[in-house]
Amino acid sequence: MTAIEEVRACHAAVWHALGTVRDPELDEPLTDLGFVARCEVDGGRAAVELRLPTYFCAPNFAFLMVADAYDAVSAVPGVRSVEVRLVDHFAAEAINRGVAARAGFVASFAGEAVNELDELRATFVRKAVLAGTDRVCRALMKSGVDGDRLARMTLGEVPASQDRERLRARRRELGLPCGDGDPLLVDPETGEAVPPSDAARHLGFARLTRAGQEANSGVCRDMLRVRYPHIGEQEGAR
Amino acid sequence: MYEKDGEKYFVVDGHTHFWDASPENWVEGQEEYAKGWIECFHAYQGLGPADTHWPIDRFQKYSEELMMHDLFEAGHVDVAIFQPTNLRQWYKNGFNTTEVDAALAEKHPGKFLVNTYFDPREGDAGMKAFEERVKRYGCKGVKLYTAEWLGDSRGWSLKDPEAFRYLEKCEELGVKNIHVHKGPTIWPLDKDAFDMSDVDRASTSFQGLNFIVEHVGLPRIEDFCFMATQERNVYAGLAVVVGGLMHARPKFFAKVMGELMFWLGEDKLIFGADYAIWEPKWQVEGFVDWQMPADEELSDFAPLTVEQKKKILGLNAARLYDIDVPAELRLEAPKVVEPVGVPNP
Repeated sequence: MTAIEEVRACHAAVWHALGTVRDPELDEPLTDLGFVARCEVDGGRAAVELRLPTYFCAPNFAFLMVADAYDAVSAVPGVRSVEVRLVDHFAAEAINRGVAARAGFVASFAGEAVNELDELRATFVRKAVLAGTDRVCRALMKSGVDGDRLARMTLGEVPASQDRERLRARRRELGLPCGDGDPLLVDPETGEAVPPSDAARHLGFARLTRAGQEANSGVCRDMLRVRYPHIGEQEGAR
Repeated sequence: MYEKDGEKYFVVDGHTHFWDASPENWVEGQEEYAKGWIECFHAYQGLGPADTHWPIDRFQKYSEELMMHDLFEAGHVDVAIFQPTNLRQWYKNGFNTTEVDAALAEKHPGKFLVNTYFDPREGDAGMKAFEERVKRYGCKGVKLYTAEWLGDSRGWSLKDPEAFRYLEKCEELGVKNIHVHKGPTIWPLDKDAFDMSDVDRASTSFQGLNFIVEHVGLPRIEDFCFMATQERNVYAGLAVVVGGLMHARPKFFAKVMGELMFWLGEDKLIFGADYAIWEPKWQVEGFVDWQMPADEELSDFAPLTVEQKKKILGLNAARLYDIDVPAELRLEAPKVVEPVGVPNP
């Protein structure tokens, strides 16, 4: 490989790594959402800038994304130093400093934050499981499968699809049963199978959760576009 | 009163303000927050129809005449409920205080109900002042802003033992309607508005009080519905839902209305225009004209009946606040339809 090819390959690997980092609430990759403002790789040094839809986006979510991006890029072979900076955000300085120093959220916001963010993250992965359940089940219901039948189905009986694998991955992240022989409908807190008598209610919550998630995603995308009107051109720089 | 197609609607605006966010009222050294706050509100107004947008200077401080016109002359409102928000940390005389609201209400008998607030961080002195306000202004409700700053504190929780003391006092004084702001937030860190567990705990413990969750926890409607289905004394305050979504995000509005009707039902939804963020006129007219769209994605939801709209626009709030509704505006035989999510009483 020539030097230029190596730099290109490394850049592609860093971009791919950023694609594994999700907005914890929207459950979508930062790269798809347009949150990566800059991604440069030079001689093993990766420099990444992240941007968000508003100046006041919740700092706990922002902290998670910056810290996750730092971890993902650090793990790319060939990357020797990493700088991830959040830009245009009221808490950017505290977050950037905290992540670079590998300090936790509480230490980064002394006096203002009480809890670390693991539980926050888990809360939103549980929501992602519910929203993902609606995506999978809605398609099945459209083809005539009723709630009672859904409650007796296994993951493996669902026709293969991206939505099914995404749901499986979120369940794996929470330590919930996610094999082909495991039930399609599980309680996202306990992992217990949902009994047929509760299926309608469970599917209602799944529908509601997805509605909220997709609405928020829409709002964030609209606001980002208003804030950074030239967003399409910048993405060409990847 | 609003009349359309021969149907008459008694309108209660469950969420109104008379505020002063003009620069003369900004606390020295806190101008950034005072300005940022009102500009954030002003941006929300942009979600309404273009011909209802105000310039920022009018929005910062509007007149009594304008408010009376927008609500009662143009806006079809029969009775409006004031929901104060103090924000004294940023605004010298407060942003929208009980006292200012009450002065306006006294000048226009029968038009307004005055709610007040409590803040458990104000301790015993606050408790005494709270009781005095309730007695003086005949308050039947409070508006709680758990994210309000006070000194070094960035907010409080309804779970706090001190908050429970105040809720006991509410029961004692007959202040039975507890409006809690659980909606869009910008600050503060950990106390992000998605956490509604404090309302959950308080509503379970105080069965004699009604908890009206303002803005239904948007942008996290699911948290609200999850919680509300477990509690029979939790209501949905539709301020921001109608004003912020009906015009700007009609599809999401349909989903939210569908979900609220599905989980809470027609007796638990309370209209509020959130004046002066939005004027009631276009909201009342738009809501009466609105119907669940015929759309595959919305096929789980039933269309709204005229009777249901009458309840949501005014009769439900009238019931909670014991407002006398003229005979010709009542429902002939109020039906109770048990929603899916709420347990039987």
